[in-house]
Amino acid sequence: MSILVTPHTKVICQGITGRSGLFHSQKCREYAQECQPDADVFVGGVTPGKGGTEIDGFPVFNSVGEAREKTGANTSMVFVPPPFCADAILEAADAGMELIVAITEGIPVMDMIRVRAAMARSSARLIGPNCPGIITPGVAKIGIMPGYIHTPGRIGIISKSGTLTYEAAWQLGRVGLGQSTAVGIGGDPIAGTSFIDLLELFEKDPDTDGILLIGEIGGTAEQEAAEYIRSHVTKPVAGFIAGRTAPPGKRMGHAGAIISGGGGTAAEKIEALRAVGAVISDSPAGMGEAMKEALG
Amino acid sequence: MKIHEYQAKNLFREAGIAVPQGIVVRTADQAADAFTELGGDVAVVKSQIHAGGRGKGRFKEHPDQPGVVLVRSAEEARENAERMLGSTLVTVQTGQQGKQVGTLFVEQGLKIARELYLGIVVDRSIGGPVLIMSSEGGMEIEKVAQETPEKILSEPFDVALGLFPYQARKLAWALGLNPRAVRSAEKLLPQLCRFFVDHDCSMTEINPLVLTEDDQLLALDAKVSFDDNAVYRHPELAELRDLSEEDPAELRAAEAGLSYVSLDGNIGCLVNGAGLAMSTMDLIKLHGGEPANFLDVGGGASVDQVTEAFRIILGDDAVRAVLVNIFGGIMRCDVIVEALLEAFDKVGFHVPLVVRLEGTNVDQARQMLQESGRDIVAADDLTDAARKVVAALSA
Repeated sequence: MSILVTPHTKVICQGITGRSGLFHSQKCREYAQECQPDADVFVGGVTPGKGGTEIDGFPVFNSVGEAREKTGANTSMVFVPPPFCADAILEAADAGMELIVAITEGIPVMDMIRVRAAMARSSARLIGPNCPGIITPGVAKIGIMPGYIHTPGRIGIISKSGTLTYEAAWQLGRVGLGQSTAVGIGGDPIAGTSFIDLLELFEKDPDTDGILLIGEIGGTAEQEAAEYIRSHVTKPVAGFIAGRTAPPGKRMGHAGAIISGGGGTAAEKIEALRAVGAVISDSPAGMGEAMKEALG
Repeated sequence: MKIHEYQAKNLFREAGIAVPQGIVVRTADQAADAFTELGGDVAVVKSQIHAGGRGKGRFKEHPDQPGVVLVRSAEEARENAERMLGSTLVTVQTGQQGKQVGTLFVEQGLKIARELYLGIVVDRSIGGPVLIMSSEGGMEIEKVAQETPEKILSEPFDVALGLFPYQARKLAWALGLNPRAVRSAEKLLPQLCRFFVDHDCSMTEINPLVLTEDDQLLALDAKVSFDDNAVYRHPELAELRDLSEEDPAELRAAEAGLSYVSLDGNIGCLVNGAGLAMSTMDLIKLHGGEPANFLDVGGGASVDQVTEAFRIILGDDAVRAVLVNIFGGIMRCDVIVEALLEAFDKVGFHVPLVVRLEGTNVDQARQMLQESGRDIVAADDLTDAARKVVAALSA
């Protein structure tokens, strides 16, 4: 039954009184209501100092701890601006949120290093930052992706990129493959959850038959994923790596998308993944077909 | 954000990190005076640009003049500075167009016993910073890593605790330093690691880090860049930004909230999302074209943003066709078409425009494009878009 987002998921939004926080909380609530008319998935929000108020039917709390106590929330979607976001993530972890999805783009790397170190002592899972979020089609979405482009099904998507994930879900739908869960891990150098963490979850998930992995230039996460696939993943894997034509030393939008010192090129990543049997499409237009081919 | 060597060394000095004596100059006369003021037998005149490989680099206007030069008199300092100032330095990192040199750094000559390499970067897989050292000072570290990886030593450290003296000693002994030099490392290496964290650096590189004849470690070069996302909390560092070192089109794009990188090809791209924008470049190349740029217009794609994006793309004279690739999710395709059409009229297109849209209300959007009466080619899918824009070049 998919990963991370389940029928037991209850979500609050940190930064709900901000423009994006409110807009996307509304969109997420609409999607969840279409999928599960009887369940209450999006249960409120947090903005320090605005506790006790209400915004478009969402109760607002001063702290994540208070929100959890009053609503039973176990998941937080974070839209807090970059200077305060690390603090917000750690507050959520401290308050016992099981899943924290950080959408915010532009958090300083040093802040994320501290967050990662502090969260090593916590059982909470952080997705992101700088990511589109998570969707289990037909159940709920926690993030900024459009719900309707996804179809329920049995393919897991793991991606560093937002719009490229939408593209992938769309292409999968066109070749008749729905998704169990699609997860954006984000385009920052330091992420809460890695390809490997999610490969492990999808491998164990009885409702996922194949995994589509979307990477990009910068770092070595895709190579590490390839190593993991070699020894731990039995399900078919397909993928695409963005940035073949990117010049070295230039940051391509995402803070993490940069070829430095000749390392982190698309060619290295593609080679590593193909070497472990993954079907990697040369064209971004071929992601759906590649998944189909991998499934055999 | 990158800064110049002389700025980095000023910051080092403030942080108690040993650097040679040096004077910043902007005229040839100042260069001669600086030599005299430093008072040694030799000095080094160094071009200040945001690119490496300066020593091996040469000037377009003076093909024999290196970008970093050793001088033995005030007069020699003046003569070299005259050739360097206002001229264009081409190094392996500047590209063929090179960079104009407006500032020189005149530094005291030193008696050097050994040259080492030192770098600090964030290691993504560890999730923290790592101090890298090598006995091969002055060499390109990438080359050392490839050819003799055993000569690279690395030591991760905690951002809260810093580098411990034992870690510094571990590296110093491994580099074969003598006990006096090890004491110098015990002081310098933790200071540099502290500097990296306190200034939100994305990279600190000293190549070479030199050992003087009296066993002191000293930063002979300094390359420092800061995390763009953290500059907001260091106003004093933001002031060090040298806009003349940056691509004017990239600066203009940043002001409009667009993410833009100029490339060498002739097909302009306007895309929403960084991953899709990179993929669009790849797709163009796959179909035999060359992208002129990376441009991520973000999730919103308002009329103002699209207009500015078009202006930036068309401002590049090499552009002979433009591809718009938008996946309309939350932002509906019909709204994006409205913005596209308005921007198209405002900008005045003189090259073919191919538009590929997918997502919410796409049918309505395609119809709007068709009925608009503008000379816009609508593409059915990604592959069709790439074919059409490449074909438009030869049309």
